[in-house]
Amino acid sequence: MDLILVNLIDGLVTGLLLFMLSAGLTLIFSMMGVLNFAHASFYMLGAYFAYQISIALGFWMGLLIAPLLVGVIGAGVERYGLRRVHQYGHVPELIFTFGLALLIEELVQFIWGKNQMPYNGPEILNFTAFAISGNSIPAYKIFMIFISVGIFLGLLYVLTKTRVGMIIQAALSYPRTVEALGHNVPLIFMGVFGVGTALAGVAGVIAGPVLGTFPGMAFVLGSIVFVTIVIGGLGSLWGALVASLLIGWITTFAKSYNIEMEDILNGIGISTPENLDDNIFRDFWSLTSPQIADILPYILMVLILIFRPAGLFGKRIQ
Amino acid sequence: MSTPALELNGLKKSFGKAEIIRGIDLSIGKAERHAIIGPNGAGKSTLFNLITARFAPTAGTVKLHGENLAGLEPFQINRKGLSRSFQITNIFPAMTVFENVRCALLWSQGYKYSFWHLVNKKRDLTEGADAILDKINLLERRNLPAGTLSYAEQRALEIGITIAGGADVIMLDEPTAGMSNTETDYITDLILKVTEGKTLIMVEHDMSVVFGLADRISVLVYGEILATGKPAEVRADAKVQEAYLGAALEAEH
Amino acid sequence: MTNKDPRTDIPKGAKPSEQIMTDPSKASERMRAGSMTLTLVPWVVAAVLLAILPQLFTNNSALTIMNQMSITIVFALAYNMLLGQGGMLSFGHAVYAGVGGFACMHIMNMSDFFASIPLVILPVFGGLFGMGLAMIVGSFSTRSAGTVFAMISLGVGELIAACSVIIVAFFGGEEGVSGDRTYAQPFFGVEFLQQEEVYYLTAAWVIISAALMYLWSRTPVGRMANAVRDNPERAEFLGYSSRWVRYYSFVASGFFAGVAGGLFAINYEILTEENLNTASSGVILLVTFLGGVGFFFGPIIGAIAFTLLQTVLSLSTELWAFYAGSLFLATVMFFPGGLAGLIMMHVPAFKLGKAGKLVMPYIKTLLPGAIGILGLAALVEMTFHYRHAATGDDEMTIFWTTFDSHSLMPWIIAGALTLIGLGIARATAPALKDAWSEANSAGGAS
Repeated sequence: MDLILVNLIDGLVTGLLLFMLSAGLTLIFSMMGVLNFAHASFYMLGAYFAYQISIALGFWMGLLIAPLLVGVIGAGVERYGLRRVHQYGHVPELIFTFGLALLIEELVQFIWGKNQMPYNGPEILNFTAFAISGNSIPAYKIFMIFISVGIFLGLLYVLTKTRVGMIIQAALSYPRTVEALGHNVPLIFMGVFGVGTALAGVAGVIAGPVLGTFPGMAFVLGSIVFVTIVIGGLGSLWGALVASLLIGWITTFAKSYNIEMEDILNGIGISTPENLDDNIFRDFWSLTSPQIADILPYILMVLILIFRPAGLFGKRIQ
Repeated sequence: MSTPALELNGLKKSFGKAEIIRGIDLSIGKAERHAIIGPNGAGKSTLFNLITARFAPTAGTVKLHGENLAGLEPFQINRKGLSRSFQITNIFPAMTVFENVRCALLWSQGYKYSFWHLVNKKRDLTEGADAILDKINLLERRNLPAGTLSYAEQRALEIGITIAGGADVIMLDEPTAGMSNTETDYITDLILKVTEGKTLIMVEHDMSVVFGLADRISVLVYGEILATGKPAEVRADAKVQEAYLGAALEAEH
Repeated sequence: MTNKDPRTDIPKGAKPSEQIMTDPSKASERMRAGSMTLTLVPWVVAAVLLAILPQLFTNNSALTIMNQMSITIVFALAYNMLLGQGGMLSFGHAVYAGVGGFACMHIMNMSDFFASIPLVILPVFGGLFGMGLAMIVGSFSTRSAGTVFAMISLGVGELIAACSVIIVAFFGGEEGVSGDRTYAQPFFGVEFLQQEEVYYLTAAWVIISAALMYLWSRTPVGRMANAVRDNPERAEFLGYSSRWVRYYSFVASGFFAGVAGGLFAINYEILTEENLNTASSGVILLVTFLGGVGFFFGPIIGAIAFTLLQTVLSLSTELWAFYAGSLFLATVMFFPGGLAGLIMMHVPAFKLGKAGKLVMPYIKTLLPGAIGILGLAALVEMTFHYRHAATGDDEMTIFWTTFDSHSLMPWIIAGALTLIGLGIARATAPALKDAWSEANSAGGAS
């Protein structure tokens, strides 16, 4: 029971982190109809920028400045890159963001090298918040939860209660009409792109100390983020939230409980074949849940796409 | 009485709460030229999209030669001999004019998903496509990319693609939309020529085209058929006069 | 991008002036006769070239590079069946080549069976396994093109790449699977011990695969792949299910990707997780796009150019992936037609006989531009050295010049080269633009 609680908290942290990325990605997608392959690269930039700033000014200034920098770069990418490629169609746009992801990774290696950076959370949060039967929960995790929930609530408020949010929502569905009403739609696009990437930057700042700040961090998380918004339904903010938490919990639980395929198969009445070592399915029989924890999201995605192509909360297939 | 080419029974379509098509019964005989007219927003294009399975109907049936089309995909309906054009020109702009027509011939000539025939070596395809091009007077534009044609030529090509497959029920969605008078006359003659002996169902705004072409006319207003009959009868119908003109005036304001 | 250049679909060898004829039958007659001979020419040239290349470049490393090129050509052409011909963007196509390759490795290790077949047909098995996998994945991934297809391809790619460390029996875990090609039945006495023999095997497969893929694009289903790419809805109203058209393209592409995987297995005799992962899938996208997706021969140029670039750059700089990435991004932004698109842009000028007028303006702009870019690269290299070299190691060598990266002079020189080179290129660009429009307009003194 206690272990379940610990896992619930760990899964929540992972899920909320995923959500900070998938929220921005799904907003950008529903607005421009293009998946930003480089989204996780902005997350990585957030972590690296924050590391660099934290050396000079400390963690908190990093948390404040790094996302802003990332957001400005993101807006620049939209203005000078994506907008140009947009005229060629969706596929080149996707290819562009893919190339951008490659380039950002190379750029990060160019500046900071290939090794992991010694980027740590602030001293002040370096204590145990509480312990559940011997499992200590660091205060930093609680802090991460608060930041993510705060950002989610803020986003929800801006989108649903403010005038800017209304214009954005309208621009998502009816860009031409909104443009005709005298709003600067390209500016809105650039703004949403900037805010989306800045959110990814925030995620990078707070995840860097926990998950590690290294050049591969974008690709590690990047594909999971895509999986998340596909499962949730492309363009659906609620879908992104649900899918993020789902994936966070599934992977956490799969990692901490050692469920073996053999037990499952025996449980449903299939007996273990003799001479398992010579059997061509031996790897299948000896599967354990921690082994497949990282590919569970992909399996989930393939299943969702087969049985519910629009995703959990998706309204339409693009 | 023989089976009608196309028969609609109690066809309805709602988008959310808005009921766009409110129960249409219509029977169109073989080799009949039937025009559907009506003011903007009457649901003419929606009706077309329902018949060709671009949208699924909320209620009612569509029968082609007595066969219910419910649940069929557009390509399956096309294979049964119903072909349509689009209100917004819908061709393959990057392909040559010739290739546009040849693609339209492939299925009906029985090539299906073949990967053991070479299209350039097939005389029936080349000659068939050239014959269609000749019919729609685009032979001289044969090897130009379709996207570079003039608007009227693209409309003609669209009609060519629509009839190329040899379908016996042809549906044209506003074939003369946005054309000058000379162009309209040209397309009208073209339609007369290529739909010889076939069932034609068309949506049209231009009344001169409608009265020149159609054997029978249906007037669609607010998702319902107000009247169906010969051009002269429909023209004389007081209800049509009032409703259609009224709605038309309303639409203008 | 793919539909920007309409010339793709005009049968080769047919001049526009010939095609506009009043008599349809004659026109098509002529075209057919013309295209027969003219389309054969490039194939014959390619075959002859492939046959004599080993006589020109005899050392083993050249043969290795050429084999690498050949494999990439087959793979890139297969990839372009999806991207260019079918409008489907895949982020996980390495999986089909990889699985084909792994299957071939296992066949190599089945000593009895392998001893009974000649090595030359091994790629067929790779193709069949790649195709089999494509048949399974395609059954759900080809329902739509565009973003959803791209995402599924990525997910499935990641899934299978991740399986490589789990399903050890097939993928061999981290060591991969290795074998020995020489255990096959000798083929007319050839046992493929020599690199040159492997070269000819690979070259033969390149010609065969390329020809088959070219012919595929001329079949009804190949033509409809283009139609569905451009306008899936219209294709549906012509009697074709766009989903099935995509499916057939996908399966065929999987086959030829598997053939490429088989060729890889024969050449390197080992396959590992690297053959499956997203990075490999990304590389093939890069190669294909660089070459140009709008033309059949685009991926061939891309594969040749990329392999050369990779070989040259990776020998001389650690940063080669950075340059490749920059080049790729520049291609997407400024030349979406790729190298093939750039080449075909010049066809009208040649037809007008005015291509010569472009030579001088090109030299005036591109030469300083190239010098400027080299200067920029030097700055990048120096920065990298300054930041990452071990302390005390101040000496570095670029462009055959050795100097101290911590002294000021090299920075000034490189900076000046960059500014002056790019400055001249920028100043002469308008003249090039004028020359370009002049060379592409009919009439005037030529």
